[in-house]
Amino acid sequence: MRWDWVRDHGDDILAATRQHVELTLIAVALGLLISFPLGLAARKWRRSAGPILGLTGVLFTIPSLALFALLVPFTGLSRTTAEIGLVGYTLLILVRNIVAGLDGVPDDVREAARGMGFRPRTQLLKVELPLALPVIVAGIRIATVTTIGLVTVTGLIGQGGLGAFIIDGINRDFRTPLVVGSVLSIALAVVADVALAGAARLLSPWAAPR
Amino acid sequence: MSVAADVVEWFTTAEHWRGDFGVPHRLAEHALMSAGALGVALLIGLPLGIWLGHRGRGGALAINVSNIGRAIPSLAILALVQQAIGLSGWPGFGARPALVALIALAVPPLVTNAYVGMRGVDRDVVEAARGMGMTGGELLWRVELPIALPLVMAGVRTAAVQVVATATLAAVTAWGGLGRFIVDGFGQRDNAQIVAGALLVGLLALVTEVGLGGLQRMVVSEGLRGGQRPVDEALKAA
Repeated sequence: MRWDWVRDHGDDILAATRQHVELTLIAVALGLLISFPLGLAARKWRRSAGPILGLTGVLFTIPSLALFALLVPFTGLSRTTAEIGLVGYTLLILVRNIVAGLDGVPDDVREAARGMGFRPRTQLLKVELPLALPVIVAGIRIATVTTIGLVTVTGLIGQGGLGAFIIDGINRDFRTPLVVGSVLSIALAVVADVALAGAARLLSPWAAPR
Repeated sequence: MSVAADVVEWFTTAEHWRGDFGVPHRLAEHALMSAGALGVALLIGLPLGIWLGHRGRGGALAINVSNIGRAIPSLAILALVQQAIGLSGWPGFGARPALVALIALAVPPLVTNAYVGMRGVDRDVVEAARGMGMTGGELLWRVELPIALPLVMAGVRTAAVQVVATATLAAVTAWGGLGRFIVDGFGQRDNAQIVAGALLVGLLALVTEVGLGGLQRMVVSEGLRGGQRPVDEALKAA
């Protein structure tokens, strides 16, 4: 380890970390925006569940480098290319957990809500979604941690945040940036995971901590 | 449109199908490397996960190993292993660190899914089997394992697809395989080669997933089919 390199590149490391967080946040936020209607559709029209999960499953199966590579001729070595790929990978995890979370709401609770005069939309927002929250957040945690790892791969298309250090380290056979990029990426994933777990606990105080 | 035409031309150029840099050789490299890594990982991960699940021990370890594995970017594992053990040595230049990294990536999902599958076996069923006078071994092989098989197989699928995907990234560090086309295409700004490589890799991953899905349907007992895809349970557990 060359600690002088770390000291000299403090600003670069900070900027790369910020970019890494930005790429991840945008991907997970857009992923959620797309997954919610998909998850609700899969529940409302049971026939659409197969195609929705199948399609997001195919997307999830395609190796990250291949997906980014397929987009490059159309969207170039750009942030758009990175985000399309990153969002694509969050969909299966998020949709699956949204569906599983809503499916997990007991029928008795639904009956009670209807008995109290909730309209379907209010019932979804005030009763079902809060109860499904722990499972949905579990999905968000997995999607976030996965995305943080995948962002490093977008370094190959000129994005990548901390991944740029890993790739620089590989190309120059120089261990210091490689280790810095890897360790900080892992640290980001752990911090995000713990923070989301904490947020879930705050948002659903009735769910007893396991 | 021109990209599509270029890609078709790339695939129909005879030169791209010959020799050590041709599609058949790269595909064979990729498939062999993936199969080898998955094979070793199966030998390590399945007995470990199944045994831990059978004995009901080490749950925190078995579950968390996957969470930790997910937090480490595969590109970082490839690069770090390469730094640690060097490029040369059996089974070929650049292949050794790739193989070690792929094995390390494939083991966690195998352990976790096997463990969760074994623990998920209904306790009443286990009690009934014991009441029938089954020994520990019989219980494991004839009751627990068949019931856990959907989840075990889900772990195998996850691991296999991840290995195929990460073997692609090994082209970034130093190795061959189908990822070579993509990485070299980036280097040469050759979009046709990039897309051709991406299509080949994507196809191999899908064939792996679908093929193992077929295998799963063959080996899982008829009474246990249907319902949610078992990996859902693992996701919720995580």
